[in-house]
This record gives sequence, C-alpha cells and structure tokens, in this order.
Amino acid sequence: MAKSLAQEFAKGLWEEIPPFRLVLGLCPILAVTKTVENGVGMGLATTFVLLGSNLFVSLLRKVIPAKVRIACFIIIIATFVTVVELVMQAYAYPLFLKLGIFIPLIVVNCIVLGRSEAFAYKNGVLPSLADGLGIGIGFTISLGALGGVRELLGSGTLTFWEKPAFVMTDIAPAFQPFQFMVEAPGAFVGLGLMLCLMNLVGSK
Amino acid sequence: MREMIKMVVVLTVLSAFSGGLLAAIRDNTKEKIENQQLTFVKGPAIKAIFEGATNDPIADRFKLQDGDVERSFFVGVFDGKASAVALESFGKGYGGDVGLMVGVNVADDTILRVGVTTHQETPGLGARAKTDAGFAGQFKGASLKEPVKVSNDGGKINALSGATITSRAACSAATDVGEIYKRLKPQLEEKLKEFK
Repeated sequence: MAKSLAQEFAKGLWEEIPPFRLVLGLCPILAVTKTVENGVGMGLATTFVLLGSNLFVSLLRKVIPAKVRIACFIIIIATFVTVVELVMQAYAYPLFLKLGIFIPLIVVNCIVLGRSEAFAYKNGVLPSLADGLGIGIGFTISLGALGGVRELLGSGTLTFWEKPAFVMTDIAPAFQPFQFMVEAPGAFVGLGLMLCLMNLVGSK
Repeated sequence: MREMIKMVVVLTVLSAFSGGLLAAIRDNTKEKIENQQLTFVKGPAIKAIFEGATNDPIADRFKLQDGDVERSFFVGVFDGKASAVALESFGKGYGGDVGLMVGVNVADDTILRVGVTTHQETPGLGARAKTDAGFAGQFKGASLKEPVKVSNDGGKINALSGATITSRAACSAATDVGEIYKRLKPQLEEKLKEFK
C-alpha cells in the first residue's frame, strides 16, 4: 500500500464516502435520518464501532485463521456495538430511545464488516485506524447532511440536543413543512438527489 | 488438525475476552442506566401519579423482596405523610407487554392514579392507553381488593374502542399490582414509616 495515512483517512470523506460512493449501509440511512441529531448520533456510534473493529481486526489479523475470519469479525464488532449500546443508554438515553433497534443493527451494517474484510484484515494498525476514522466521519457527515435536508424540508426545523436551533418559518414565514421528506420515500428521494449532486460535482 | 485447534482456540479466547469486557461494562453502567430509564420512561408516569406530592418519588424509592423477584416501589408524600406508593406491573398486550405504573393509596387500598409506561401497541388504537387521559382516569379510586376488569368481562373499566386487548392488559397489570400489594402490605407499611 503506497498510500499515506492522510490519504487513507481522506478517501473516506469523498472518494469512498460510504452511502454515496459505496452505496452501502442504506438500512440505517433510510431509517434514522429523520433529523440531523439522529443522523449524527447514528454516525458517531458507527464511527466508534468502526474504529474499534478496525483496530482489533488489524491487530489480530495474523492470529485469526482465514476460515473463521468472518465469525471473528462479528464477535469483535458485536462487542463494540454492545459497548455503544450500554454507554448510550447510560449517558444519552433520549437518543437511545429514538435510535432504538438500529443501534444493535450496526452489527450487520455492511460498512463495518466490509471495512474489516476489505481493509483491516490486510493492513497494519495505523492505516486501519485512519481508514476507520475516515469512513466513520464520512458516514457521520452523510447521515447528518441527509438528516438535515430531510428535517429542514420535512419539519421546517433543525434540532440539536432537543433545542430547535433553526426554524424555517423565521426566515420564510410562508414555509409549509413538506411532510413527504420525513417519510420513508423521502429518504430515497433525498439520497438520490444528493448522490446526483455529488456525481455532478465529481464529474467535472 | 492443527488448523482446527487454532480455529477453536482463537474463537474461544476471543469470545471469552469480549464476554468479560462486556460484563465489566455492564456492571459499571447498570446503575446509571436504571436511573436514566426511571427518569425518561417511568418518570413521566410516576410524576403524573403523584401530582401534588411534596417529595421526589423517583429519589424516594425502595426495593422489597417478593418471593424470588425484587420489586421497586416509589413513595409519594402528601401533606407531610407518606401515604401512597406506586409500583409497576405488566400485562400481555397486542404487541407485547404493556407496563402499567399504579399508584396505591395505602390508607384505603384504592388506586390513586395509573399511567402506562412502556408498550408496543398499535399507534392510534392500543397506544391511546398511554395518551388518553380518560382511559387511565377510570382506574382512579378502584379497589385493589378485587380484580380490575374491563366492562365486557364484568368490570368497571370501559375498554378503549378497537383496543380491547390493550385495555385488558392494563387491567390485568392493575390486578397484578393489587396482588403484589396485598402480599407485601405489612413490609410496605413498615417501610413507609421511615418516610416522614
């Protein structure tokens, strides 16, 4: 691998930004991005799991026999997911109530398993950490952005820590919330439009 | 053969290690999680039940051994006297267990107020058990000496329309609370004397 650490990190932010470029891990994206807060919370939880699993998979890559590697990955990932679940219940209970079932489902998020299999199992500790952090932050940004767009159009607000930080009707009094955007189809449309925008910018 | 042994050893060690780590984290966060659950899930119901109480019912809680299980009781102090306790029980609803927090007036063994805590009932039908104040209001003053029933079953509680199962679940939870209360009343009264 000739890439520098910085490159490994940066590729997660644009070149391989998970939901848009890899189009992986759509299940949490469609389900939790009703608000910015949920999106960012889910993204951070996933980032933590990615960092932990990449770290341990790369550390143990010479010990883990190839035939049972997936089982080993799943044990490592599930451990970190449970850690996130417990810590989130202890310190951010309202967020845990909103994300609910989607936290345990990080175990089967293909981004996490994909990074273990495709990257951490073949690379050293530092590049794996850089990769996990990059992909994780990329995922967080994507979820946050999609959540922001959907919340802004669908409910007309942007909420951080239970407080509305921005209300659409403050700048455009005639604004009517576009309910469609917070429903499931809105997620597809939002995701598609953002993908389209990114391809438009990237193709130049 | 060597490879097989290696696979087994690696998987075993890995599982044992993560099991140990999780157990440690669980032990350390257990109390914190319980507090959070009380505040966010049961807190609103408890506060509504003990409206007008002069203490903090969530802070003033104690546990009693009931056979094999430990039950949490919340204490409400009214006019300087610890005269009410609340406890939670569950009934089988349409989508899973329905949790009902029941406040009991200790002086005459009647229900003070009730509030639904956790449920997975259908929104708009069974879920109204939590939001419809009129439904919960019917439990007020009901005696715990006899089972609480919906009117279809010969009781006094009018079921929510389209949500008989949920209504029955709430009633069976209330009945259950009555039974626990009867069993533990002597110890309860003993405990309540400590709150002045």
